[in-house]
Amino acid sequence: MTGAQIAARASRHTSLHRSGGADRIFSIAFGTLMLGAIGISVLALLTLLFDVARDGISHLSWDFLTSFPSRIIPSNSGIESAIYGTLYLMVVCAAIVVPLGIATAIYLEEYANRERWWNRAIEVNIQNLAAVPSVVYGILGLAFIVRGPLDLGRVVLAGGITLALLVLPVVIIVSREAIRSVPPSIREGSLALGATQWQTIWKQVLPGSIAGIATGIILALSRAIGETAPLLVIGAAVNPRFNPDGLFSSFTALPIQIFTWTQDKDREFVDLAAAAILVMMVLLLLMNSVAIFLRNRYEQKW
Amino acid sequence: MADHTAAASEGAMGRRTSLVRRPSRRSRFEAGVKALLFAAAAVSVAVTLAIIFSLVKETIAFFGDVSVGDYLFGTKWTPQFAGDQQSFGVIPLVWGTFYLTFIGLVVAVPVGILSGIYLAEFAPRRIRKIVKPVLELLAGVPTIVFGYFALTFFTPEVLRNFLGLGVNQFNALSAGIILGILVVPTIATLVEDAMSAVPQSLREGAAGLGANKVQTAIRVVFPAALSGVVAALVLGASRAVGETVIILIAGGQQANLSLNLYESYQSMAAYIAATARGDIPTGSIEYETIFIVGMTLFVLTLVLNLISIRLVRKYRQVYE
Repeated sequence: MTGAQIAARASRHTSLHRSGGADRIFSIAFGTLMLGAIGISVLALLTLLFDVARDGISHLSWDFLTSFPSRIIPSNSGIESAIYGTLYLMVVCAAIVVPLGIATAIYLEEYANRERWWNRAIEVNIQNLAAVPSVVYGILGLAFIVRGPLDLGRVVLAGGITLALLVLPVVIIVSREAIRSVPPSIREGSLALGATQWQTIWKQVLPGSIAGIATGIILALSRAIGETAPLLVIGAAVNPRFNPDGLFSSFTALPIQIFTWTQDKDREFVDLAAAAILVMMVLLLLMNSVAIFLRNRYEQKW
Repeated sequence: MADHTAAASEGAMGRRTSLVRRPSRRSRFEAGVKALLFAAAAVSVAVTLAIIFSLVKETIAFFGDVSVGDYLFGTKWTPQFAGDQQSFGVIPLVWGTFYLTFIGLVVAVPVGILSGIYLAEFAPRRIRKIVKPVLELLAGVPTIVFGYFALTFFTPEVLRNFLGLGVNQFNALSAGIILGILVVPTIATLVEDAMSAVPQSLREGAAGLGANKVQTAIRVVFPAALSGVVAALVLGASRAVGETVIILIAGGQQANLSLNLYESYQSMAAYIAATARGDIPTGSIEYETIFIVGMTLFVLTLVLNLISIRLVRKYRQVYE
């Protein structure tokens, strides 16, 4: 339908409905509906935060942060092993996803010739990977990384790789946008001064887009922190009373510990899940604040 | 003059040819960088191939034990049982997935679309400044938190105490509605984008013909953005179909082929997460079921995503 057709149709409808205050009433009703819809999101977020805070806040203490989970006594239970596990996973995940994601984004934006079918295949492939459910990445981790070809076992490295592959499409997509926002004139200027293509990318394009890339990476990592399903599938440890001590150590993570506690019959353990959620949310909020700060402080306006 | 230029360019050509013949260290370095970057981009293709390889390998093994017909058309999903009780009909899992997604969309479609329309066409800047971060926060909350919320608040306090419904501890209603809330930000944001992409001239044209703001939004801008809106809905549905933890925690872990909102259901994704734990023996029939169900889920979300990509492309073409 062209714009003119739509406008013509609209005018027909308007003239049909013009008589009386029906339009006004409809407008008011529609406005109320829209506000109601917005209200549902706001209400959901507020009650969710309220519920978690109400259940969890009384269990938060230094002991909670520095104890191992107990199977028997809720009050002795803590999330030290989960915090360490999550930190280890994030380091592995970042170490993989940062170079891989940025390199892919640079290739697609600066080198890839879109006429070539393989470059288009890579692009469509990344779009599709972004929509693959996280539990399927868990299957990949189980069959390919924990067992099968890589056969690493249920260790930190396997979990970190799985999460890295999961958020890789996000990092690529956001980095591409950041790189694309650097105007061509910057590249042309650099090339005209005799710089090679890689020198141009390394000295001009990357510094100009690094704020956007960093923001994207932080957001991707904060998504990885909250992922439960893939870690469940590859088999994170349940209630471990030890911290991981390297890449080949078994591990748990905050979402896994939370999940374990929600499955408990004892209500007190379920409340511990809320306390752990609070810790995870604070962590996420910190990371998001850093992302927003980076975006506001270093974003280049061209 | 002309001769001079020709000679100069010939000279330049000559020099360039000799450079190509014996590449400098610099140009070899450049080629190396390009090759490295291409290798990085190829990793994402390798990931897809690895996913497909893992799924196909065990799917073939599964169909060595169970016939395709029994799997696709069977109405009992009881792989955990032994002997005659054991049955591998996937329909209850597919039904559970679609039923919960449907409940979610009943919530998310009107709420998401209305929110998107409001943000694109009506919201004053002051309210936008509050609503946008709320949606971003909601989109950033890990799904396990939604699961916890459904289990400890929405089911007992809202559904049972406040509304007085006789729901089970694990039920479709709670899991489905919370699933819908999860999808709202996705739909709202994409609808907003689609509607913002409609050129201003259409709004001005409608206003010039005497339409008020609501009429313009509903009868002019919304239809013009329709394929983008549908793409948003498809993407939202695809998220709901693939969502695991909310259903695992609040929907229960029982395959169910009924319509009862108060009962427990299991989706494909939730089945995978409930069954695949680290110690499941490789090669067992249970191990294989993870992959065949994973394959089914993978194909389903792939189809949904391809539809959405096609729709987005279509609506982009309209005004370019």
